Amino acid sequence: MMKRVITTTVINQSGVLNRVTGLLMKRQFNIESITVGHTEQPGISKMTFVVHVEDQRKLEQLLKQLQKQIDVLKVNDISDKAIVTRELALIKVLSPPAVRSEITSIIEPFRATVIDMSKNVITVQVTGDPEKVEAFIDLVRPYGIKEMTRTGATAFVRENQKTPSQQLSIL
Amino acid sequence: MSVQVNTKQAEALGGDVQKQAVQGADIFIQSLQNEGVEMIFGYPGGAVLPIYDALYKNPIPHILARHEQGAIHAAEGYARVSGKTGVVIATSGPGATNLVTGIADAMMDSLPLVVFTGQVASAVIGTDAFQEADIVGITQPITKHNYQVKDVNDLPRIIHEAFHIASTGRPGPVLVDIPKNVSNEVFTMAEVKQTEVNLPGYQPTTTPNFLQIQKVAQAIQKAEKPLVLAGAGVLHAKASEELTTFIEQTGLPVTNTLLGLGTIHGEHEQFLGMAGMHGTYAANMAICECDLLINFGARFDDRLTGNLEHFAPNAQVIHIDIDPAEIGKNVPTDIPIVADAKEALQALLKLGIKTDGIEQWSNHLNSMKEEYPLHYKREEEGILPQEAIELLHKHTGGDAIVTTDVGQHQMWAAQYYKFNHPDHWVTSGGLGTMGFGFPAAIGAQLAKPKETVIAITGDGGFQMTLQELSLLQESQIPVKVVILNNQCLGMVRQWQQTFYQERYSQSLMPSQPDFVKLAEAYDLEGYKVTSLDEADEVFEKAMNSNKPVLIDCRVKQIENVYPMVAPGKGLHEMLGVK
Ligand SMILES: Cc1ncc(C[n+]2csc(CCOP(=O)(O)OP(=O)(O)O)c2C)c(N)n1
Ligand SMILES: [Mg+2]
Repeated sequence: MMKRVITTTVINQSGVLNRVTGLLMKRQFNIESITVGHTEQPGISKMTFVVHVEDQRKLEQLLKQLQKQIDVLKVNDISDKAIVTRELALIKVLSPPAVRSEITSIIEPFRATVIDMSKNVITVQVTGDPEKVEAFIDLVRPYGIKEMTRTGATAFVRENQKTPSQQLSIL
Repeated sequence: MSVQVNTKQAEALGGDVQKQAVQGADIFIQSLQNEGVEMIFGYPGGAVLPIYDALYKNPIPHILARHEQGAIHAAEGYARVSGKTGVVIATSGPGATNLVTGIADAMMDSLPLVVFTGQVASAVIGTDAFQEADIVGITQPITKHNYQVKDVNDLPRIIHEAFHIASTGRPGPVLVDIPKNVSNEVFTMAEVKQTEVNLPGYQPTTTPNFLQIQKVAQAIQKAEKPLVLAGAGVLHAKASEELTTFIEQTGLPVTNTLLGLGTIHGEHEQFLGMAGMHGTYAANMAICECDLLINFGARFDDRLTGNLEHFAPNAQVIHIDIDPAEIGKNVPTDIPIVADAKEALQALLKLGIKTDGIEQWSNHLNSMKEEYPLHYKREEEGILPQEAIELLHKHTGGDAIVTTDVGQHQMWAAQYYKFNHPDHWVTSGGLGTMGFGFPAAIGAQLAKPKETVIAITGDGGFQMTLQELSLLQESQIPVKVVILNNQCLGMVRQWQQTFYQERYSQSLMPSQPDFVKLAEAYDLEGYKVTSLDEADEVFEKAMNSNKPVLIDCRVKQIENVYPMVAPGKGLHEMLGVK
């Protein structure tokens, strides 16, 4: 299994999200996360998928099937490029006064923030690439996670590509 | 959302000579006329009443099928033989869901259809209103694209886009769902403008990359055992003439997929017959042994390839397809070319490619053709289904349009009816839809009124859509229905015989209507034939008649389609070769 980050630019028609996720389901692709949101252009949205695919052939199928959709303008597999990926997680951690300062000491190096607090629970917001978010969750889990929600990853290709990407190497 | 504009306002805006306010339904009809629609297949109901009212005032010929499934299969038959887009109308809810099988069928076999469904009024969508079904959601995975019209002013654009998408690139069905209020709403634009299609996300590539075409030429020159596989993409591209010239210019042997039959003359000396599960020995062995396989417009469907591990094991593969997603999907490809088959063939023809030293290979293939032809064992009495097809061929000289249903009779028709012309073969390949053949023949006959159209059906499948006999009666559509009646679901029975030790679970159908009386009930000529002589006589009369005829052709029950590649086996592992 390979984990790939794929972005698509779509025309913001009603049903386009349904169409794209339906396609992934029909063709038995394994989605880890999807994010959707507006772009700088009115009427154009961007979707970021994190998917697991078996091999190169399956990946190629995925990209082609996405591209085939009428409302899909662009499809990019950006996994092998220099990219920035960000995800946001909200986590309610059990934190009775006895362990609160301990938890706070974990929060700080992750540059997470406490956004709500009650007697025995603090709500923390953490952003970063999914690995960082994962690491944070692992560290606070022993204290007891009451509730958690994650947005899934959204991603951008960096302006400066250090390593020439596959496509560019043809030029 | 929906703004009600009063008539005065509309007139002021419209500035047209027309006194009456122009409503969505009128715009609908006008848009179809602009697209050159010559016939509609449909069935009315509540949500499409405004559309049917507009049609009453401003008629386009309309074929009133007796079931929406009949309407859409007829539209498919029409589309397949004419190359034009089939147009279907049905009402919301059950009308729309009755179309689902036909939409899926058209999607699988790349047939251009524009399907219009009525929908409940916008204000109640999502409330489980009477006859509401989420047809856009239901058909999302089985349409090339679909729309729900939200604003009457979008209607002309959407209809124009729908026809464009359905008929270009890889053809397919497009559904347009029209809420009832949209049909009733007053159109506020000045006129129905035929705007340029603006679909930035849909730009099919039709012109082949020249460097890739040159690679094909080189590969052909180098190959010792080259083979051409031609699929329905060649027919959709109207390129069978180019294909034939290419085959003759190069001397390459050629085989067909089920849907590709007719791309090359059925009796052409370089034609090996159909390949695949029930393909000929020569065609399947050619695939196994070739060192170069050139695929024009076939999607390497599993019924063609058999077990992929054994498919064309020694071949360099060239795949020319208008749909990039088909290339590399099932079979790894060495030279991919995204193009329209006609443009690719024209580019290849310009290069004047000559093969070099393939005589040995051609001779080998010819000797396989001679040594292992399609065969069956004649019997003293009764009719064998294969003989019936050969008789039909004899009495039509290979010139008829043949539609089939799904099952054994379909495979025998594919094997034994040698087509002289392209676009004369209409069958449900990808979805394998029983009930397809008879209504498809009606659509084909309406598209080609002068041609002889034969619907070869099974006794099982015919009973799925036989209500359309009404259409033959009503309009005297001269379709010849030939039921190859083996009193069973033959293909199911064959599999049960072969893989389930003759446990014929629910596949024998001894009780049947009297098909001759059934024909009479519809005031049609009906015959039952049980011997070869009778068949010969009745077929001759029927094929030369300009009236509809139904023939209950009794054939041997326990007879199997051979050769056969069992599921999971490679093409070289054919059963029943000799
Ligand atoms: C709608 C539908 N239901 C079931 C099947 C499965 N099926 C495939 S062939 C076949 C038997 C068809 O019998 P008949 O129409 O008599 O044709 P025959 O095989 O006897 O020539 C069946 C049931 C199908 N293809 N389509
Ligand atoms: Mg039968």
